Amino acid sequence: MSARPVVDRARVLERSRHPVARVVGLAGLVALWELLTRTGWVPALFLPSPLGVLGAGVEMLRSGELVGHVVTSLGRILLGFALGALGGVAVGLAVGVFGVAEAVGTPLIAATFPIPKIALLPLLILWLGIGEASKIAVITLGVFFPMAINTYAGVRHADPLLLRAAVSFGAGRWSLVRKVMLPAALPMIFAGLKLGAGTSLLLLVAAEMIAANSGIGFLVLNAQNLMETTKLMVGIVLLSLLGLASHYLLTRLERAVIPWKADA
Amino acid sequence: MKVLVDGVTKTYRDGRGQSVEALAGVTFTVEAEALVAVVGPSGCGKSTLLNMLAGLLLPDAGRLGFEGALSAGRPATAMVFQEFALFPWRTVQANVEFGLEEAGRPAAERRAISRRFIELTGLGGFERKYPHQLSGGMRQRVGIARALAVDPAVLLMDEPFSALDAQTRQLMQEELLGIWERTRKTIVYVTHNIHEAVWMADRVVVLSRRPARVLEVVDVALKRPRTEAMLGEPAFVQAAERIWALIKSQAHAALRESPA
Repeated sequence: MSARPVVDRARVLERSRHPVARVVGLAGLVALWELLTRTGWVPALFLPSPLGVLGAGVEMLRSGELVGHVVTSLGRILLGFALGALGGVAVGLAVGVFGVAEAVGTPLIAATFPIPKIALLPLLILWLGIGEASKIAVITLGVFFPMAINTYAGVRHADPLLLRAAVSFGAGRWSLVRKVMLPAALPMIFAGLKLGAGTSLLLLVAAEMIAANSGIGFLVLNAQNLMETTKLMVGIVLLSLLGLASHYLLTRLERAVIPWKADA
Repeated sequence: MKVLVDGVTKTYRDGRGQSVEALAGVTFTVEAEALVAVVGPSGCGKSTLLNMLAGLLLPDAGRLGFEGALSAGRPATAMVFQEFALFPWRTVQANVEFGLEEAGRPAAERRAISRRFIELTGLGGFERKYPHQLSGGMRQRVGIARALAVDPAVLLMDEPFSALDAQTRQLMQEELLGIWERTRKTIVYVTHNIHEAVWMADRVVVLSRRPARVLEVVDVALKRPRTEAMLGEPAFVQAAERIWALIKSQAHAALRESPA
């Protein structure tokens, strides 16, 4: 009897990483873009070349124009994000821990959460004026809701076994919150922070386009009005860099704060 | 410290008005410094009983209590959980120190005590590891060290080794007996494993199926320290067969009655 070898069926499950294709794909797109604009196939007024955008960016950096816009935008987004995140975690914890807060809070949050926050900007401008306060407030609101909801869910999904174990070792309510519920909610809190970072960038740009005379959103809209497409693209690239940077920083922070998940 | 369980009854009720009678007048005592195993068919309310002793659940009727002096700052009980119940965000050392923190012990004292029990349970060198970095056996060592660290008068163990593989379980049983001989705790050990119960315990409380009553308390006439060679001794075999006979009739009845 001749032996029939075992067929390697797992081969279809294999997936290689193709590190070269990663770089080639991105670089190829940029190169194609450059080529299209160089040949004049697409007029630079509609789509400036990547090198042109880079050049304009460096030029604006040198003149100080860029720094002003970036600093203004960063100030708004950081303050709004911080306020929204702190408020959201505090409210989410309270609603998750206390029965009364849950009874009062969940219907309130359910009713107000679906409102697109940008729709509140006109109202906020009416209340707080056209200055910084209304822009920061709309970002705060946009971050508050995902943070509150995620923190609440995280607290409520704390493992009941761990809660019982803590109680069996004499933990009181405050210990339970600090040593079990809060750490159990941290992964959800970080998911909320990442969600909130995206939302806050969106709201920042929207607020700056509606009522501002500085900031990256203003830069983009103003450049469009003046048909300075290259400057417009600089603004867009900046925004995408901001998004990347915030995601990177939050991921690094998450690894540092949740070490028990880092190498799971 | 002596453990008294007197006429304890418990009925669980769910939201739809369905009720399940878990315990129907369970009575037994555990002498101070004894290791008593509680066995019974699965789902018979063994864990309910242990949770009551830990103060995590109240009986509907009957009394649970402890007899004997307890020095200040010492808890009556500490629990070792079947699923370990370690805090995943705490290192081994921080897990062991948890109960001491809640008791308000100063940091230096906590460190010294946790150091001692980490060594005693063979966890030396793993202080800074997180639970997910440990094997099942190592995790339960942390669970045992955490419970011993608060120096409870009675150690409650809820099927502590049932999640471990057979070889690890055997080793852990031996180590637990060693620890018990050194620390002289009263231990209430819940298990569904008859051999484990007989090999480790002085006496075995055999519970009936639900609603649980005490069928019999079987004395184990094996000398200490226990060795693996005793697994073949007549005293071991007799006790194990007696318990199996009691449980078998119960288990058969339960199988026939359980809803398909």
